Amino acid sequence: MAGIPPSTWTSDQPIVRVSDVHKSFGTFEVLKGISFDVRKGEVVCIIGPSGSGKSTLIRCINALVPVTSGTIRVAGIEVADPKLDKLALRRTVGMVFQQYNLFPHKTALANVMMAPLHVLGQNRAEVEVRARALLAKVRLAGKEDAYPGELSGGQQQRVAIARSLAMRPDVMLFDEVTAALDPETVKEVLVTIRELAEEGMTCLLVTHEMNFAREVADHVYFTDRGVIVEHGPPATLFSAAQDERTRRFLSQVL
Amino acid sequence: MTDPAMNGRPAGGGPPGEGGHPGDLPVLLPSALSRTGPETRLRPAHAWLLCGLAAVALPAWAQAGSGASSPLEVVIRWAPLLLTGFAFNVAISLMAMLLGTLAGTGLGIAMLAEGPVLRRLAWTVTQVFRNVPWLVLLFFVMFLVPFQVTVLGVRVPLPDWVKATFGFALPVMANVAEIVRGAVRSVPTTQWEAAESLAFTRRQILWRIILPQCAKRMLPPWMNVYALIAMATVQASIVGVTEMLTLTAQVHAAEGGRPELFAPLYGFALLCFFLYCYPIDRLTARLERRFETR
Ligand SMILES: Nc1ncnc2c1ncn2[C@@H]1O[C@H](COP(=O)(O)OP(=O)(O)OP(=O)(O)O)[C@@H](O)[C@H]1O
Ligand SMILES: [Mg+2]
Repeated sequence: MAGIPPSTWTSDQPIVRVSDVHKSFGTFEVLKGISFDVRKGEVVCIIGPSGSGKSTLIRCINALVPVTSGTIRVAGIEVADPKLDKLALRRTVGMVFQQYNLFPHKTALANVMMAPLHVLGQNRAEVEVRARALLAKVRLAGKEDAYPGELSGGQQQRVAIARSLAMRPDVMLFDEVTAALDPETVKEVLVTIRELAEEGMTCLLVTHEMNFAREVADHVYFTDRGVIVEHGPPATLFSAAQDERTRRFLSQVL
Repeated sequence: MTDPAMNGRPAGGGPPGEGGHPGDLPVLLPSALSRTGPETRLRPAHAWLLCGLAAVALPAWAQAGSGASSPLEVVIRWAPLLLTGFAFNVAISLMAMLLGTLAGTGLGIAMLAEGPVLRRLAWTVTQVFRNVPWLVLLFFVMFLVPFQVTVLGVRVPLPDWVKATFGFALPVMANVAEIVRGAVRSVPTTQWEAAESLAFTRRQILWRIILPQCAKRMLPPWMNVYALIAMATVQASIVGVTEMLTLTAQVHAAEGGRPELFAPLYGFALLCFFLYCYPIDRLTARLERRFETR
């Protein structure tokens, strides 16, 4: 079931289409009309100052946060539809968080296996083979039986990525997944994401790693105070930003 | 101080109404005992005081009694019966704990429900049963629950000790509900978000991810509730249930109500409960410490 897009979606259409999304918490408007597309296999980065609504935006895409108005379509699923099948959406979209959020009472292997077993109801033996392969892929072979508390931040984050991939999602969302890591371990996580991107996984990343965005992203969006100020391919955006706000932000972080 | 209880059990007053002489103890016959009137039921309440006194008077145990049979002999002679009574205390407490834990888990989860109606209802039930004396709940259950129920045409008798079990299960339920709610709330919401992102249902998240994480956290307070309920089961003697304290009073009466037998007999009850509850208490403390350092 997972990964098979509903018939309304064809691969020549954007796999993620965000149209005029507004989001308010009470009277405070965090997103003020955001629109963008992500095509299948693309790597899109969202950058912007703290508090600009990046996390809120990315959480709207897998319906962790309901939008106030506007529409989001993910592989043919209308996210803002009140009759949304959240479980179907979340089988299609994987998400990795800044704080890893592994299940502390389960080993690395069990963390990876849980969702395919209990959500997709897949065969245990097959799931285990796949989970071991995924852990090897994120360079954690040998750590299968370690509990999250016994792993470094970077290792935990790679388990979290493997856990998400085990659901065979069509789109992966990453919300500042390296922000809580030591500089040395940031690299190992970025390498993993880069490999994923190279394999053709559709990735939407919120990141402060400008070099990573520059090298890996197909498209970069700069957001500030709930709007997309400017966007373009990294080569253009990073070296020839048009907007004053973008230039100021880039001069601070680069 | 000791007089009222002594006078409460004059010779021949043991288990009243059976027409027997003092030595004629009704052995465990719950149905027969349940017929004892409430006026006699209230007397063992004094045992609470005596438990305290027994602790003070324990040293006197050894010296006392040179005449008929020494206190030690009396205790040894009646020990099997008294221990049977204690077995009832243990059985009542274990069953109350089982029922209360099952109901309390459900109630605690209901307090976390998304629907406000269920949530408020569960919260109210929990607060009510947590904030009334256990003895009052026990009285309510004893007098509200019939002595038998008819299930599918079959009459099932409900002996007093079973009713008492329900009575004790209520406060256990409320306390367990609070333990469950508190433990679930102590798990960071990021765990819920991570699980939701993996397409787990709310129920799966609760049972597979959240509750297993807080099982350890819930264990010490849960054991604490058990130790309290085990000690509280002696309150069942107040409503006429044959358990250790009731039997102790009856044995004392059967032995002619000799004052020097107080300390040994009630001291024996004290010892049984202490030997049962103290290890639980130590284990609880040890687990608490271990989980804290983790
Ligand atoms: N659940 C919420 N309730 C109320 N306000 C919220 C909520 N979530 C986010 N906000 C507010 O929305 C604004 C945007 O938050 P968001 O986390 O999306 O920013 P961000 O761009 O991800 O920032 P950062 O780079 O620091 O992660 C912030 O001002 C935040 O306080
Ligand atoms: Mg954020």
